[in-house]
Amino acid sequence: MNQLSAKQLRDKIATRQTSSVEATKAVFARIAKIEPTIGAFISTFEEQAIARAAEIDKRIAAGEKVGQLAGVPVAVKDVMCTTFGTTTCASKILANFHAPYNATVVEKLLAADAIIIGKTNCDEFAMGSSTENSGLKQTVNPWDTKRVPGGSSGGSTAAVAAGLCYAALGSDTGGSIRQPASLCGVVGLKPTYGRVSRYGLVAYGSSLDQIGPITQTVEDCALMLNVIAGHDPADSTSVDEKTSPVTDYLAKLNESVKGLKIGIASSFNAGADEQVRKAIDEAIQTYKKLGGTIVEIDMPHLDYAIAAYYMVATAEASSNLARYDGVHYGHRTKNPNDYIEVYTKSRAEGFGKEVKRRIMLGTYALSSGYYDAYYLKALKVRNLIRGDFVRAFEKCDCIMMPVAPTTAFKIGEKVDDPLKMYLSDIYTIAANLAGIPGISIPCGFDDKQLPIGLQILSPAFSEEKLLRIAQMYEKQTDWHKKRPLI
Amino acid sequence: MSNVDYKVLVGLEIHVQLYTRTKMFCGCELAFGAEPNSRVCPVCLGMPGSLPVMNKQAVEFSILAGLALNCQIPSFTKWDRKGYYYPDLPKNYQISQYDLPLALNGYIEIPAKDGSFKKIRIKRAHLEEDAGKNLHTAGNFSQVDLNRAGTPLLEIVTEPDMNTAAEVRTLAEELQRIVRYLGVSEADMQKGHMRFEPNVNLIINRAGQEFKTPIVEVKNLNSFKALENSINYEIGRQLDRFLETGETMEMGNKSTRGWDDAKEVTVLQREKEEAHDYRYFPDPDLVPVRVNEQWLNEIKSRLCELPFSRRMRYTKEYSLNDYDAGVLTNDRQVADFFEATVQAGGEPKRVCNLLTQVGLKLANARGCAITELGPKPADIAQLAKMAQTGEISATAANTILEEMVKTGKAPRELAEQLNLIQKSDAGELEGIVDEVLKSNPQAAADFKEGGKKSGKAKGFLLGQVMQKTKGRANPKVASEILDKKLA
Ligand SMILES: [Zn+2]
Repeated sequence: MNQLSAKQLRDKIATRQTSSVEATKAVFARIAKIEPTIGAFISTFEEQAIARAAEIDKRIAAGEKVGQLAGVPVAVKDVMCTTFGTTTCASKILANFHAPYNATVVEKLLAADAIIIGKTNCDEFAMGSSTENSGLKQTVNPWDTKRVPGGSSGGSTAAVAAGLCYAALGSDTGGSIRQPASLCGVVGLKPTYGRVSRYGLVAYGSSLDQIGPITQTVEDCALMLNVIAGHDPADSTSVDEKTSPVTDYLAKLNESVKGLKIGIASSFNAGADEQVRKAIDEAIQTYKKLGGTIVEIDMPHLDYAIAAYYMVATAEASSNLARYDGVHYGHRTKNPNDYIEVYTKSRAEGFGKEVKRRIMLGTYALSSGYYDAYYLKALKVRNLIRGDFVRAFEKCDCIMMPVAPTTAFKIGEKVDDPLKMYLSDIYTIAANLAGIPGISIPCGFDDKQLPIGLQILSPAFSEEKLLRIAQMYEKQTDWHKKRPLI
Repeated sequence: MSNVDYKVLVGLEIHVQLYTRTKMFCGCELAFGAEPNSRVCPVCLGMPGSLPVMNKQAVEFSILAGLALNCQIPSFTKWDRKGYYYPDLPKNYQISQYDLPLALNGYIEIPAKDGSFKKIRIKRAHLEEDAGKNLHTAGNFSQVDLNRAGTPLLEIVTEPDMNTAAEVRTLAEELQRIVRYLGVSEADMQKGHMRFEPNVNLIINRAGQEFKTPIVEVKNLNSFKALENSINYEIGRQLDRFLETGETMEMGNKSTRGWDDAKEVTVLQREKEEAHDYRYFPDPDLVPVRVNEQWLNEIKSRLCELPFSRRMRYTKEYSLNDYDAGVLTNDRQVADFFEATVQAGGEPKRVCNLLTQVGLKLANARGCAITELGPKPADIAQLAKMAQTGEISATAANTILEEMVKTGKAPRELAEQLNLIQKSDAGELEGIVDEVLKSNPQAAADFKEGGKKSGKAKGFLLGQVMQKTKGRANPKVASEILDKKLA
């Protein structure tokens, strides 16, 4: 299928070369055909979507002003609250949960006249790197259906890669947008912490979570960010417009960055697969040809990122997930003997293995007597990593490294070895700890025809420049145009 | 027991519900007695994905209270999550403040028995959100009402500086006045706006050796009476237990007890309070609070004279007795009204009498504030002046004030209308005195004669003058005329 980008589709709908109804129906026709194989969605809203598309077509025909995503079918990871359908977090504990409000990003998509066609699968409560931890279904990689799409936003990246929607939203706590984007051969951006409102994003690690776009092109990524970025009075951690104003990320997208200085931490990157490393090296060569220069940087504390991340994220998760107790909403055990059993049995029945593992880890890290040794120490490491980035960005505009050490691995390959699974995020986690933005863009394939992603990291709130750097590369290459044959 | 000497130590934790329009971290309005679960939103319901937003007014109220309690206000404070599972706590953690409270190291002054003052140290005051309420209805189920969930609470913790139950009560009442004065809380006990948790233990001196009894925390007291009675009960109970078992602090641990209002006893709730692990950690959903100089000064400018110093001032400046000063300063509005009346020319003691003997009674009966009765300070000042100059009697002044409230008319108009203007015109009174002397020759003679009978006779004659004038004769003027006539 030769699919248009989201922006191309939007422009065609706006100029009435095609209609939103037509595009939306085509998407659902494709979903009917291949979604049974891919398993990207937890829920879809065909009737509602087509009705909305018809309305937007009507408004365009009437010459009314419409939003930036008018008529474009998009998907939302099922960790963002919607008043329509369920918000499950791919967990049995919320399998039938109907949220009473829309997440701010959902409101923004709707205000931009996007068509939300469905909610995508993910690792339960966004905890995982392969979407295998979903308590509700399995999503496969469209490039090889025996392989994982990555995670936790694997449903969103698989849906974009397979042409089941034009763009999607994911959430990234330790790499959950970038790593599956890399494994599925699409573009994925984790914005700066505070750039996009978290209100209505079901929390995993509150100080790390950030919503971001998953798209076919860098340009679509800029378009989506235009729609979702900005201060939200309902999220105290979203950054106010005075400190860091949101700019039009499309405006200067095609202006290349002059005298681009690229930071590389060679020793750190050495852990990646040979084919991955080769693709990254070639990408950097491309940048050199475009006028970029390489700066070797020292990131002494990066080796501790995974350890620090699993303390901070799980500590916050243990508290964030305390509310799923069977009392107020969500799964409640049948016939409890007392209220303690309402808690213990509802949670034992509702949560999956990995979620339980992380809750226990986090509870332990916060326990009195252990707090200083684990949680507090992790916060100190986090500060050191932040410092590493601050120093590095004094010498360069951006840092390039792999997104993931390998391409997509086989379903079941790492499920019994959590530590190995955790290492999938070794390159992505540091950006969350430091709160800086990072993007994954397609930069090649391995010998199994599995996509490889290039990760670019840049200073906090420099998304405009980051997207321009990514765009420089995308214009020179065709990787992003390759689509899986499914 | 006679050979045991003991000292009581009480520290107090007080939860004060702040008088903000909305809840601590969401926009829901505070409402007492509303339909269960009608004042809720995704945030205070702890819905997935919802986030708290700090209520600035609650923070300012807390700082204001902290300043009034002579506390230090740190320039940096933060929010922490206190984790525990309970059905009335929707998130299963409470947003509170752990190691960096909004206010610390203050004190509050209370009057001591000997007329001096005692400083009770305030350890800290921090802000937190309240939980909901579990409703234990019939059957196997309980229900939860979350209207109260998220209500801002200021938790004030004192050092164990109080040594009698009466002292604790005095402190609690003083605190109630202070937060009401500042307008940071309605502090309505009936609505549970103030809840107390005293920590009580004894230091017993037996045969020259000191023993400390285990600390008992009495939970959730919501009246001054329960506060005082429960402490007195605990003192007796702990003493008995020590004498029976010799148990000391080192042997037992801190335990918690509840207060049974009907039986007037404390009841054991949790034997050994194991160091409950709340797994406190900074709430990542909220940003720390930075209190800069400018903001602090702005809040400071809202401080007012506090009831305690106002009471002291009234006894000095207006020569009022402790009781009157206490009644007038109990409520800030009453005190303000009193001062405005004095300012308008009313003599303080007379104004005090008018307000305490009539004004407050009427306001109470009508369930309104003194300012809502009708008469303005200037009207009451005029009334007081009329009494002061003898134009009307003190009794008449009270009657007139009652009528002013009823009719809204001015004091002089009412005095005339009700014929309460005293006859001070010497010429007119002379005629009446002459008449009285004429018809009571014996009494006149007794008075003139002097000696034992004289005083009684003068009283009788004055009474007759009053009767003839229907009580409107100025007694001072009438007495002078009598003296002159019979000299
Ligand atoms: Zn609320």
